[in-house]
Amino acid sequence: MLNIPLWKRVVIVGLVALGLLFAMPNAFYSRVEGHNDAVAAIEGGAESPELTAMEGAWPGWLPSSLVNLGLDLRGGAHLLAEVHLEDVYASRIDALWPEVRDALRDQRATVGTIRQQNSAPGELRVRISNPEGIAAAVQAVQALAQPIVSLTGVGERDLAVRSEGADVVVTLSEAEQLATDQRTMQQTLEIIRRRVDEVGTREPTIQRQGNDRVLIQVPGIGSAEELKALIGTTAQLTFHPVVSQTRDGSQDPGGRNVIYPDLEDPELFYILERTPVVTGEELTDAQPSFDQNGLPAVNFRFNVSGARKFGDYTAENIGSPFAIVLDGEVISAPVIRDHIPGGSGIISGNFTVEESTQLAVLLRAGALPAELTFLEERTIGPELGQDSIDAGKIACIVAFAGVLVFMALSYGWFGILANIALILNVGMIFGLLSMIGATLTLPGIAGIVLTIGMAVDANVLIFERIREELKSAKGPARAIELGYERAQSAIVDANITTFLTAVILFVMGSGPVRGFAVTLGLGILTSVFTAIFVTRLMVVIWMERRRPKTIEV
Amino acid sequence: MRLKLVPDETTWDFFRHARLTFGASVVAVIVSVFLFLSMGLNFGIDFRGGTTIRTDAEQAVDVGAYRDAIAPLGLGDVSITQVFDPARPDLNVTQIRIEAQEGVESVSETTVAAVRDALQAVDPSLTFQEVSSVGPKVSGELIKAAVYAVLAAMGAVLVYIWLRFEWQFSVGAVAALVHDVLITIGVFSLLQIKFDLAIIAALLTIVGYSLNDTVVVFDRLRENLRKYKKMELREVMNLSVNETLSRTVMTSFTTLLALLALYFLGGDVIRGFVFAMIMGVVIGTYSSVFVAKNIVLFLGVKRDWSKTDASKGNQYANIDA
Repeated sequence: MLNIPLWKRVVIVGLVALGLLFAMPNAFYSRVEGHNDAVAAIEGGAESPELTAMEGAWPGWLPSSLVNLGLDLRGGAHLLAEVHLEDVYASRIDALWPEVRDALRDQRATVGTIRQQNSAPGELRVRISNPEGIAAAVQAVQALAQPIVSLTGVGERDLAVRSEGADVVVTLSEAEQLATDQRTMQQTLEIIRRRVDEVGTREPTIQRQGNDRVLIQVPGIGSAEELKALIGTTAQLTFHPVVSQTRDGSQDPGGRNVIYPDLEDPELFYILERTPVVTGEELTDAQPSFDQNGLPAVNFRFNVSGARKFGDYTAENIGSPFAIVLDGEVISAPVIRDHIPGGSGIISGNFTVEESTQLAVLLRAGALPAELTFLEERTIGPELGQDSIDAGKIACIVAFAGVLVFMALSYGWFGILANIALILNVGMIFGLLSMIGATLTLPGIAGIVLTIGMAVDANVLIFERIREELKSAKGPARAIELGYERAQSAIVDANITTFLTAVILFVMGSGPVRGFAVTLGLGILTSVFTAIFVTRLMVVIWMERRRPKTIEV
Repeated sequence: MRLKLVPDETTWDFFRHARLTFGASVVAVIVSVFLFLSMGLNFGIDFRGGTTIRTDAEQAVDVGAYRDAIAPLGLGDVSITQVFDPARPDLNVTQIRIEAQEGVESVSETTVAAVRDALQAVDPSLTFQEVSSVGPKVSGELIKAAVYAVLAAMGAVLVYIWLRFEWQFSVGAVAALVHDVLITIGVFSLLQIKFDLAIIAALLTIVGYSLNDTVVVFDRLRENLRKYKKMELREVMNLSVNETLSRTVMTSFTTLLALLALYFLGGDVIRGFVFAMIMGVVIGTYSSVFVAKNIVLFLGVKRDWSKTDASKGNQYANIDA
């Protein structure tokens, strides 16, 4: 055992060097961060002497990945949102009405006249005047259903149609609901990402959690409120024909209509046709601008199909009012004066400049397919984060110094070797953290400090064992060999059990718990590696050089 | 000359006061369960929903004035505590906790803004360093996930030790773990320290750490059982604990050294977390010396590893631990 083959020595030294190389950028944190930002900016097409200088501040051939600082260390906002997946069912079903109407009209001879009934959201209820024709009506509506294109729903159709007395009831089929959920979540993530990117912060985390949740973490943003204002707005823009105006908000709008409040006047309500003429999904662009009175407004432009629908509608309905609705509130309801063929228009309400700019951002990024509810929100101020980093650093240094002195006093020369290994160990933890792009949180720092304390354990086990073996009067070389050999099973068993708990913490935990699990787990890996290989190599090299007759451990 | 926490050769009899030490452990566990049931844990918002706000001001904190300022807002039960950090006497920091509001998932901006306005009327220099709000829906799930995590960790340990040792060892190790976790929870109930997600992480580390210690003792026991086939189980255990004692104490000491540094210098945000760990290390070390092996002794161990006669070891099964 005291003869470690050359290739093993090279591998051990190489791994340590690699770990330290990856850890190095963290020692020059702000310089490397500036370099990385500059590289990203230059790739994005920006060019300036400052950027080039920042890029040059760190050599490109060196590793440049850093340990990300978590929100609790850097400050920022954290939100956990729940997506109202049923919203989408409702809008899908609402949009179905014209098709269902046409299909049933074709069957007029058997089903008689038809009338849309009030119904729960996500359900379309149509009453036919001739109840004997219900089977034919169901069949006619069923013919509208499309096969589902998805991995799980092969052979299924997207609509579930049933009869209840003289009513035909249409809902989305279960398979279609699942497929819709998937799409809604993907769309929601994408739109949140676009909105957050528009404000240009560094490294936001936007993750799906479970079935219907989204975790959003944005470092550096002032507060969760700010973030909520940005992503909490659905920004669903729709254009509806106006049926009438009323002052009574509780009035029944009738089967295929909806009642929406006015944005400005709390007393005023509009009754609108439920199915919009055209929606914000067909927008290609939105820009903040000013209307003819010089007030802030938003200019928008439709895509080709949106422009055609908008053009056709305005051509047919000159003289009637037309409502622009944002998230269930009527922004304005101008009267159509003329045919608008170009597919562009202007929304003017009582906006401030900030509001119009924000609205343009939201419209451009696209509407969220469904409303969000926030289940959890956290804001951490940057000062608190800095305080925590400072305190963590001091604690690390003191813990480090204490353990180093103590080890040297207890084990002499061997203790010093163990101390070198401990320093390498912490370096390698940072190297690994940078390599896998992990995030360092405050509990993560605690994990590192704990590792400092526990990392010496493997060495202590070995040294104590060597002491024991020395007592039975074997030569130093033999004692060291037996010490390493016999301590191994204890080291392995003890660390595997701790590692198991770290893995369970990582899998089942969230947020701070995870950060802790990562550093604890990596710390166990590196400390076992340094104890079994690195200190052993150091001891062996020392033995080869000195060939001591006796050793004291 | 070496610094030695434990003399080179020890032949202490760790079973001499077995009734006392093991009895003390049993009593401590019972008292802890009783404390937990009667006083309950001071759950943080992670587990019961609500909002916490961390305020920082330039002037000294007047908790009474803060309370009077917030009272008219009608937010229900509001608790305000000043944060004391001996390492940073200049801090004027408080933690304000607002109960989860009826029918609201997470607190609205208007509530936070109202609290801010009310407090800034008392002290204009006051700022909010941290605002956290957790809805009742999530907090329920977090409790469940945390309990599952602790149980899963213990299950994994049980299986692993069973595979590597004998089932008696695995029962002994898990009994020691339950002992450590329950007593820690008991102390948290007694002192009413805030119990949040981070504390669960600490509990799980205690599970890992306590195990670390126990496994080292067991490893030596396994080795000595093979070596001294004729020695009484009780004697073999004493020998094993004595042989590993120096290591047990050394490791606990270095770990405690690191944790104490973190406790005093790491800032108040993680103090509760570190406190749980310190307790865990102390109790864990105690339990690996005084609890785990007593259970193994009580259950008895198969002594003759060369044959498959399992009944032989049971002659020790009646020894009263």
